[in-house]
This record gives sequence, C-alpha cells and structure tokens, in this order.
Amino acid sequence: MSLVELAGVAKVYRSLQGGDYTAVRDFSLEIRPGEFFCLLGTSGCGKTTVLNMVAGFEAVSAGTISIAGRPVAGPAADRGVVFQGDDSLYGWLSALGNVEFGLRMRGMAAAERREKAHRYLELVGLTGQDHKHPHELSGGMKQRIQIARVLANEPQMLLMDEPFAALDAHTRADMQHELKRICSTTEKTVLFITHDIDEAIILADRIGVMNAGPASKLKGIIDVRLQESERERTHDRFVAVYRQVHEMIRDEVAISLKRAQ
Amino acid sequence: MRGPLRSVGIYLLGFASLFLIWHVAATWILNSVLFPPPWRVVVKAIELARDGTLEEQVSASLGRIAAGFAGGSLIGIPIGLAIGSFPIVRRLLEPYTEFLRFIPATAMITVAVIWFGIGEGSKIFLIIYTTVFIVIINTAAGVSAVAPNKIRAARSLGASSAQVFFFVALPATVPYILTGMRLAMANSFVTIIAAELVAANNGLGKMIWDSRLYMLVDQIFVALLVLGLLGFTADRLFRWGIYAFAGRFSPVT
Repeated sequence: MSLVELAGVAKVYRSLQGGDYTAVRDFSLEIRPGEFFCLLGTSGCGKTTVLNMVAGFEAVSAGTISIAGRPVAGPAADRGVVFQGDDSLYGWLSALGNVEFGLRMRGMAAAERREKAHRYLELVGLTGQDHKHPHELSGGMKQRIQIARVLANEPQMLLMDEPFAALDAHTRADMQHELKRICSTTEKTVLFITHDIDEAIILADRIGVMNAGPASKLKGIIDVRLQESERERTHDRFVAVYRQVHEMIRDEVAISLKRAQ
Repeated sequence: MRGPLRSVGIYLLGFASLFLIWHVAATWILNSVLFPPPWRVVVKAIELARDGTLEEQVSASLGRIAAGFAGGSLIGIPIGLAIGSFPIVRRLLEPYTEFLRFIPATAMITVAVIWFGIGEGSKIFLIIYTTVFIVIINTAAGVSAVAPNKIRAARSLGASSAQVFFFVALPATVPYILTGMRLAMANSFVTIIAAELVAANNGLGKMIWDSRLYMLVDQIFVALLVLGLLGFTADRLFRWGIYAFAGRFSPVT
C-alpha cells in the first residue's frame, strides 16, 4: 500500500496572453510509507510544480493525488513542507517560536509545546540556539530550523523543495548527512526535490527521473539499494548508481539546454 | 572614543556647527534685526518660557498632533490591512486613497475651518487627514509584500485563514505600519503649522503669525527653533520606541 499516489496528474498554466503552458502531463508515481523518494530533474522540468500540487498549494489540472487514500484538497498539517530559501521563516519569532508555531496554531499547551520544540531543536543540532532569531543564524542553521519546525508538527510526510540548494558545498554535505540521520531516526516518508545527482544518491531509497519540460512526466525510477557506508561519492557502488542515473538524465539535460538557448 | 559615544559626539558636533554658522551669518554677514543670532533667540525663548506663553502654544500644537496622529493611525491601519488582504476592498477603496492622497491637507484647511470652525475640530480633522493615507498605503503595501512562502508554510503547519492573518500577515506587516506612522508624524508637523497660520486661537503657527503682525522676529525664530527640536525629538522617540518595544519588527534591521 502506498502512502502517496499520483495518477495521471497534469498541470496547465494559462498565461495572460491566452496561450496555455503544460508543465506536467500524465505524471504517475507511488511513494511507499517510510520511503525517502528523490525526484530528480533538470531546471524548469516541473519538479517543483509536482511538489506544490502534493503540498496542496496548487490544484491539479487533471488526474488525482491522494495521501493514504484521501484526495489532496489544499495544504494541511499531514504534509510538512521545507522550502528552498529562508523566506518562510518568521523573523519576529525566535528559533523556538518558529519550531513551536504549528503546535501553537493547533492549540497545544505552552509548556508541552515548548518542551517538544526544544527536543526537535536538539534533534537537528541547534541545542542552545532556542532564543536566537533567524537573522542571527547562518543559512545552514536556518534550514535546520525549517526541518525542526516541520518535524515538531509530526506530519505523515515531509516535502522538501531543494532545501540545500542555496547553501555552500561544505554546509550542504553536512546537512545531507544530518538529514539522513534524522530521517532514519524518525522513519518519515519524504519527497525530496533536487537537480543534484550526488545529493539524490546520498539521500534516496528510490530516485525518480523526470523528462525535460514542458509536459514532462516520470522517465524512470532507479532503486538505489546502497548501504550507509556505500553512500560516499568515491565508493564503487555509488559510482555505479551515478552512471545509471546519469545515463537516464543525460539526454534530458541536453534537451533543456537546447530549449534555454 | 568609539562606538555609541563617538557617534553621539559627532552628532553634537553637527548641531554645534549648525548654530555656529547661524551665529556667523547673523552677526557678521547679514547683521540685520530681521535675522537674529542664536543667543538672542535663546534669551527670548527663556523669557517666553518663564511667562508661560511658550508652554501654552507648544502644548496646544502637540495636543492636536497627538490626537490627530493617533486617530489617523487607528483608522488607517485596519483599512490598510483590509486593502492589502482583499482585492475587492482594494478596488473599492482605491478611488478614495488614490484620489484624496493627492489633495494635500494644506489645501483642505479652508474647508476644514468652514466645516469644523477655528477650534480643535478642524485641526484634528486635518491631522487625521494627513496621517490616514500614508498609513493606509504603507500598511497595504506591507500586507502585499508578505512572502508567499510564509503563508504557505503556515497553511501546511495547520494554521487556519484567521490564524494566518493574525499570526503571520499582521506581524510581518508591522515594520511597514511603523514606517508609515513615522512618515505621517513628519507630515503632521507641516500640516498643524499651516492650519494654525490660517485660523487658530493658539499654537506655534498662531504664534508665528501674530509675531509677524508686530514684527517680533525673535519670537518667530523661537517658534522655528522649538518646531525643529520638537520634530527631531518626536522622530527620535518614535525610533527609540520601535527599538525598545518592537525591535524584532524593526524596519531598520
């Protein structure tokens, strides 16, 4: 039984000039409970559109999306979203205030939610930063707050839209390993969007490769099946998976580059 | 010297140079009874402060500014929030804001006096008028500028529409509201003097006008000096208040 099911999903944007732009068409995908699924695609292929529809931020133009058998109707607390930039954080609240936000909205008592938020800040490695405001924290720390904020709310699944794309290489590598650790502790189902093959292989149980846009769909799915110790860029088995993914996405990169010219 | 002490020192130096140039210009360059040097103005100010005239005029003007500014802000903030939140309200009210804000408060003085008399009513009306549109426009701009991801994040954390408004849109707009109020404060000073020049029983504007009739140039300069000081102090207090009570909403950081 899958937790997330997208069946024949399409998204069509109507431009002001009257022409239609089909971002995704006939997109189908099933994500299993507890699975870390990476959706990999070139820029402009519509992967964020897919995430936005699963999150309920955008409506589907055709097809259906369901979570645990229930169709998606707008955003809800069962799907926590981690955004790429830091503009989703609340600058007037402390790190703790940001993390307990969802619990506060749902009416949890102050002492209880404080304690819980504090625990999740510890889990993401922000011990002792409770009272700092987002502008006092580095980019990596801000993404940790976002992750803690979503986890504290205890959603059924996490939706992550290139959450580490704006970080420097070193911090990004750190965060990838941290996320891997956190996800194996919490056993969350994750839909993770990225354009970085390495990142996908380090994190994913399965990688879905998308066609270049427009009207893109899922080109294929690769089972990663790597042990934690094998998820190193230099490991032979890592390189083998890399080849496999690269083989699949290479033509799409060429197409998207040609379209960009 | 370094840090805040140094910046205060430089500030005072700036003020000192202003008075020095004034003194040099009045004493040696122009040397006219029509342009009194600073010390004569200060002596006159002390004299007016002693007999209570200055206090009466200052408190009259400040009272009007305070009442109108508070009223204008209280009216402007909710309207601005509504305009920023609902496109239909924006379309309904934009004719008012976009039409009326180009009619300066000073142009409304005669109408205000005809409607509300030369007493407090017309003055407070004019200050409300000069305050309300700036506050509305800044507040509405603030609401529109809230990052969509802030709202999306709240929705997927389980917040209702009302919660999104009160816990996300409103606090995110506070810096814009405060900026609007600060600009409105400066406008209030312009408007109150103009209104009191035209028709009033007391106030700093009336003091300037009366002094002109009797050629009391010193007294005019006292009013000007006091206005500068009051405006400066009001603005500093406002900024200080933002830092002290709403530092995390500060438009500056």
